[in-house]
Amino acid sequence: MTHIKYKTDSFPLGENQSVLDCLTGHGVPVPFSCRSGACQTCLMQATRGTPPEEAQRGLKDSLKLQNYFLACVCHPREDLEVALPSDDSQASVPATVRGLKLLNDEIMQVVLQPHAPIEYRPGQFINLFRTQALGRSYSIASVPEEDEDIHLHVRRLPQGRVSGWVHDELRTGKTVQVRGPAGDCFYVPGRAEQGLLLIGTGSGLAPLYGIIRDALRQGHSGPIRLFHGSRDRRGLYLMGELNDLVREYTNFDYVRCLSGPDVPHGYAGGRAHDVALQEQPDLKSWRIFLCGHPDMVNAAKRKAFLAGASMKDIYADAFNVSQST
Amino acid sequence: MTEKKLADWWDQTHDSLYAKLGGEAAVDAAVDIFYRKVLSDNRINRFFEGVDMDKQAAKQKSFLTMAFGGPHNYTGMDMRRGHAHLVKQGLNDSHFDAVMENLAATMKELNVPDDLIAQAAAIAESTRNDVLGR
Repeated sequence: MTHIKYKTDSFPLGENQSVLDCLTGHGVPVPFSCRSGACQTCLMQATRGTPPEEAQRGLKDSLKLQNYFLACVCHPREDLEVALPSDDSQASVPATVRGLKLLNDEIMQVVLQPHAPIEYRPGQFINLFRTQALGRSYSIASVPEEDEDIHLHVRRLPQGRVSGWVHDELRTGKTVQVRGPAGDCFYVPGRAEQGLLLIGTGSGLAPLYGIIRDALRQGHSGPIRLFHGSRDRRGLYLMGELNDLVREYTNFDYVRCLSGPDVPHGYAGGRAHDVALQEQPDLKSWRIFLCGHPDMVNAAKRKAFLAGASMKDIYADAFNVSQST
Repeated sequence: MTEKKLADWWDQTHDSLYAKLGGEAAVDAAVDIFYRKVLSDNRINRFFEGVDMDKQAAKQKSFLTMAFGGPHNYTGMDMRRGHAHLVKQGLNDSHFDAVMENLAATMKELNVPDDLIAQAAAIAESTRNDVLGR
């Protein structure tokens, strides 16, 4: 008989019973609504075992790759260990700070070497802890096949309790605690000829830099267009590295956007997502990645969808500033 | 045989509306078109301000699955609960009519024959009083 393991309990799955019915029948508070595989309210993740394909229909590719499934239409033929998206099942891991480098006035690159391997996809995020109870999420800019360590871009926020500590107190050689990875904003191989549009503001460049190099490394052949925005030139960074990629790959281009009044030659004037949508007004069949300020991410998501992108092809990571201080 | 299984047996032995429309593939083809129409419709898009678009798209898919005669477990009570906060914001017949228009226009765009559009419209129409909390 098939068993469903949730936290420390293991429940036998009845004949024709869904994972949802099995778990709720034993008092596990799994949220649900349509019970027919459409509304995605009962989204869960298999942390061990593989969920059947029919329980993943309609999910974003990056969720499928991480064994997410819809519990209401999940009838597995093998044992599964499952978790709710809200469960914090990962343990934290110590990591040594291997390097700290200012990328511009306010963004610090933190290079971390975890003491146990962390398997991540570029664009996902990890939590970095100052103390056991005080941690913040930072996106991963490195690519495991190219970079030895994990790279984060930490922007200093006013009164930021973790970002201020990173900028003022953290030193190379120190050991910190990290947990993760998590997040579904990353490149999924396949459809190599598809256009990729990436829009980021501020340190929203971190996940995009990882995603772009990951896609190029995996042989993505369609156009890859990056629009990085800030108010003024001081907020931009990695310009040299990105221009190197432009020279190396003919299908990659990079537009620097400044929303402030001063727009020198070589920069586009306007907010990054406005500039991107002007240059690329038809997004039918494009894959979109949006990272940075939540207002930008939400506005751009709506614009990209109305410009023809499919909801399933829009990947977003909104940096919640109010919680990140 | 349970009620659910009877319904499955009926669907399998008779050509249901859902099967005629093309099942889940038809819903997948329709959901982005329909949601885009709803978001562009100034009569109703204020009801969708500030909601999580991914969650909302999944809800639109549930709605279309139901309207297309597909498998769903929504009751009238679910419809009432799910829309009560919108009724408080002034949701009325004119907004329901706008959604019905968008539904028909979506199916038209996908070249669905008129008689099947009418059948789907009738299913959606049957939820009107529950959606509007009457």
